[in-house]
Amino acid sequence: MSIPFYVSPEQVMQDKAEYARKGIGRGKSSITLEYRDGILLMAENPSSLSKIGEIYDRIAFAGVGKFSEFDQLRKVGVRYADVKGYAYSRDDVRARALANAYSQAMGDVFTRELKPLEVEVIVAEVGDPELAGHEHNTIYRIQFDGSISDHENFCVIGGLSDELGSFLQSRYQPSLPLGDAVTLGRTALERAANGRSSVPPQNLEVCLLEKARIGRKFRRLATDELNQLLAG
Amino acid sequence: MRFSGFGGAYEGSSFGEMLEIDHPHMRVDWSELVPRHGGQISVPHGTTVLAFKFSEGVIVAGDRLATEGYRVASRDVQKVYATDAHSMIAIAGAAGPAIEMARLMRIELEHYEKIEGEALELDGKANKLSQMVRANLPAAMQGLVVVPLFAGYDLRRRQGRIWKFDVTGGRYEEAEFECTGSGGLYARESLKKLHRNDAPKAEALETAIQALQNAADEDRGTGGIDTVRGIFPTVIYCSERGIEQAGEDEIASAFQRIVRRDRDEREGARA
Repeated sequence: MSIPFYVSPEQVMQDKAEYARKGIGRGKSSITLEYRDGILLMAENPSSLSKIGEIYDRIAFAGVGKFSEFDQLRKVGVRYADVKGYAYSRDDVRARALANAYSQAMGDVFTRELKPLEVEVIVAEVGDPELAGHEHNTIYRIQFDGSISDHENFCVIGGLSDELGSFLQSRYQPSLPLGDAVTLGRTALERAANGRSSVPPQNLEVCLLEKARIGRKFRRLATDELNQLLAG
Repeated sequence: MRFSGFGGAYEGSSFGEMLEIDHPHMRVDWSELVPRHGGQISVPHGTTVLAFKFSEGVIVAGDRLATEGYRVASRDVQKVYATDAHSMIAIAGAAGPAIEMARLMRIELEHYEKIEGEALELDGKANKLSQMVRANLPAAMQGLVVVPLFAGYDLRRRQGRIWKFDVTGGRYEEAEFECTGSGGLYARESLKKLHRNDAPKAEALETAIQALQNAADEDRGTGGIDTVRGIFPTVIYCSERGIEQAGEDEIASAFQRIVRRDRDEREGARA
C-alpha cells in the first residue's frame, strides 16, 4: 500500500475553491433585480433548459454553473417547499429558511466531497403587502462553498458577477417600471457577452415574481412579450 | 445527488409518491381511522356539485352546505376548487377526506408543473385523480366515500372536458354534463332540460344556479342561496384564458332573474 502525500487542509480548500470558481466562471451570468411591481430574474440562455424556476407562491430560484447540479438543487428546493407548505401553511414557506438549507447543503458538499459544486444560486422572495411582516422583498445568494449573503435592489451571479454588479450599481434606480428593468438587465448581460454587442430576446430567459398576482406569483415571459417590453 | 438537510430519497415528480416514500407519517390512511367491524362514524358530508360545458369551456358549481346525518355541519363549506390555471375539482361525499383529496390534487399538479417545467395534459390530470380516488377505496368501503368531478379546459384540443369517477377509481368522460352528491339527481333533471353545449356565459350561470336551486328544493341535504347570511354557491368557469370565479353579485342577480321569471310564469298561469 502506498502512503498518500500529505496535503495541508488550506491547500485542499484552496484547490477546491479554485476548481469551483473556474467552473462557474465558464458559464454565463444571471441577474436578479427588484423593480416597481416585484422581482425580475433574467439570464442569457439560448438553450431550452431553464436556469430560472418557480419554487413556491412567492419564491423563485436562479442558478448558474453546471446545469445538472443547480437543477438538482432547484428540485430539492421545490420538494422542501411543497412538503413544508403541506405540513404547515402556504405562508410558512419562506425564502430565508430555504436559503439556509441550501447554504448548509452546499457547504457540506464543499467540505466533504472531493469535487465541490460548480454552481451559485439565488433564492428570491417577493413581498406581499397584504401580509403583515411579509411585506419586503428578499434576495439571497448562495455560493459554491455554502457562503450566503442577502442583497437589496439587485444581485448578479455567475462568471462576471463583480463586473456586472458594479455596472448595475452605477445604473440601478429603485422602483423602475418593468420595461426599464428588463432593458437594464439586458444591457448588463450584453456587457458580459464577450464583445458581442447584442443579446437577441430569444436568447434571454426572463421570469417575474409579480406582487399583484394572486396565489402563485411566478411568471415566465414569452419571447413576444419580451420583444414588446424591449421595444417600448 | 443527495443533499444533507434536504433528506429524501425520492427523485420523481409526484408529490403523493414523495410523501409515501420520504414522509410516510404525513400520509393519511383514512381506512385506518375508521372502526373496521360494525359501528358507523358520523362525519360531515358535502352534497350537490355539478359540471357542464358551455360555449367558452366548462363551468363547475356546488352548493355550500355540509350535513351530518340530519344536522347542518357547516353552511359555508367549499366544494369546488381550482386545481391549477386550467382545471377544477368538485367534491361530494365525506367532507374531511374529500377536502383533503382536493388539496392534495392541487399540490400534486403544481408540484409536477414545477419539477418538470410544464403542466400535465388534462388527460394526465384526470388519470392522476382517478388513482387518488382508487387509493381511497378501503376508506370508501367503510363509509368514507369520496366521488369527485374533474373538469378543465384542454389547451391541446381546445375544448372543455368533464370526468366523473366511481369509488374504484373508474374514470368516465362526459360529453355534456354531470352531477354528483345527494341532490345530484335533481340537479341532473334540471340540467337535462336547460343545458346547451353552446350556451353563452350568462345563460350558463343561470342554468347552474337553476340546477342547484332545484336540488336544494328537493333534497334536504343541499343548501340553497342564503340571502340572510349572504352565502352563495361556488361557481367557477374555465376557458382558454383560465379559471374565473363568478362574483357574489353576479350570482345574486342571476338568482333574482330566475325568481322573477318563475313568479311571472306562475302568475301567467293563474291569469
